[in-house]
Amino acid sequence: MEFIQAYWIAFSTIFVKEVRRFLRIWQQTLLPPAITMTLYFIIFGNLIGSRIGEMSGLNYMAFIMPGLIMMAVINNAYANVSSSFFSNKFQRSVEELLVAPVPNSVILAGFVFGGVARGLLTGIIVTIVAVFFTDIQVHNIWILSSIVLLSSILFSLGGFINALYANKFDDVSIIPTFVLTPLSYLGGVFFSTDLLPEGWRIVSEFNPILYMVNGFRYGMLGVSDVNLATCYVILISVIVILTTFSMWLLKRGKGIRS
Amino acid sequence: MSSLNDYKGPALSITGLKKVYESGHVALKGIDLEVSQGDFFALLGPNGAGKSTTLGIVSGLVNKTEGQVKLFGLDIEGDWYSAKRLLGVVPQEFNFNQFEKVQDIVVTQAGYYGLPKKQALLQSEKYLKALDLWEKRDVPSRMLSGGMKRRLMIARALVHDPKLLILDEPTAGVDIELRLSMWQYLEKLNKELGTTIILTTHYLEEAESLCHNIAIINKGEIVKNTSKRALLQELHKQTFVVELAQAYPDQPNFDGLDIAWQDERCLEVDVEKGTAINELFTVFNDQNIQVSGIRPKSNRLETLFVDAVRK
Repeated sequence: MEFIQAYWIAFSTIFVKEVRRFLRIWQQTLLPPAITMTLYFIIFGNLIGSRIGEMSGLNYMAFIMPGLIMMAVINNAYANVSSSFFSNKFQRSVEELLVAPVPNSVILAGFVFGGVARGLLTGIIVTIVAVFFTDIQVHNIWILSSIVLLSSILFSLGGFINALYANKFDDVSIIPTFVLTPLSYLGGVFFSTDLLPEGWRIVSEFNPILYMVNGFRYGMLGVSDVNLATCYVILISVIVILTTFSMWLLKRGKGIRS
Repeated sequence: MSSLNDYKGPALSITGLKKVYESGHVALKGIDLEVSQGDFFALLGPNGAGKSTTLGIVSGLVNKTEGQVKLFGLDIEGDWYSAKRLLGVVPQEFNFNQFEKVQDIVVTQAGYYGLPKKQALLQSEKYLKALDLWEKRDVPSRMLSGGMKRRLMIARALVHDPKLLILDEPTAGVDIELRLSMWQYLEKLNKELGTTIILTTHYLEEAESLCHNIAIINKGEIVKNTSKRALLQELHKQTFVVELAQAYPDQPNFDGLDIAWQDERCLEVDVEKGTAINELFTVFNDQNIQVSGIRPKSNRLETLFVDAVRK
């Protein structure tokens, strides 16, 4: 049983190191989402939102708030793991882990939960910012917390895979710029999918962020464009697929062992 | 660990180790190698010979294509957890986070080996003090000099008290004074704690001074694997460095002597093993040349090394 305790210590070491890293550089990790989301609330919520009127029976500010929080959570969970793990690769400090008796599952869990921690902390900061603009409601705390936790796990895994494949710093920003941001904007953060024409509505159903945003919105406001059970099935399925893929890449040593 | 105490076999045992990179380059052609417990072992070879690939496979940084590696009888794949706990690795390149503080780097490494925080702090203090880095414990690692960074990597590799320490060119770019202090420390580890040490180096003088056994690898094959004593006995000639009392700009030759001028006042003479040194002085006397000093050239391995890798 000695190794179970050792694995736990190794996991805690990676996790604490990750948390200390993003707290140490809070000006780069925690402050920007607070500023960005404040601007979103002011521009889209206050200035433009007042002219839009209601969306799904809610005032526009209240409608976009869950999506904006979720957007901050997933972007930061992803960015934390992709940039930190790639930086470890770049500086070769990942070798510290590879020579030690740390199994791949512990390496993956340590980095993923580091990403989850930053995602959740950013979510809390953005929620505090949102309090200044609208009333915060909680329709179901369990749905709310489980969706945000699963979403941050999913995007942390995505960030980890991105970092394994990345060969230079540019490769770390390609996916957030060209995949993550468009999917977030089209994932029902700013509008209900009911507004989309039939064809685009079907296309949007392949966007996993749509399910996260709507699941989270249901947890906060009790309204959703998608079925909640479908939301959980998709989230858990994608997590299982990404975890399996990450473990396979680690076993092969993709990007870290020659 | 009681079974490990009873274990008397080799510290490292490599059988049929082969590595073919994705590019198709064959780095190792199925090497066999054994390093006894308590040995101070040198793995020598020119650049690209396969030294770092071999050590990379042993330490888990390179995937092997074929073959088996055992540390103290434990297979690095089947018993990887127990095997890795016995191993410390000091790589060739600096591979720590340049923004982290010195002690944090060592404590973090201890955490990866499963040492509780309290023990990790004690161990880090022990090795940072031993390697003269304790005063720098709160300094970001990027602020250290090259020699300090090398010592930091040794402290980090030792934090879990490994039985086998692998050092890949540990003194590259280190000044002479620091190199000597590192040699002393490694000898102490080997003699007093019984830590088995394997090192690769381009300074053959380092291998000659420190190591008991030596293997030479070339083009992915072990071309020599023997004790330092046996290897040096293969030398048929001995080289002496002769300092002259005055300068000889025309650098004359001496009949019967195999010499190479280093400069106007210094030359090297190759002498057949068993030849009396008095004969040398006779030749110099006959030519009225005053000798102010003579010493054997310490880097004798160089000759053997060049011969081995040229074959």
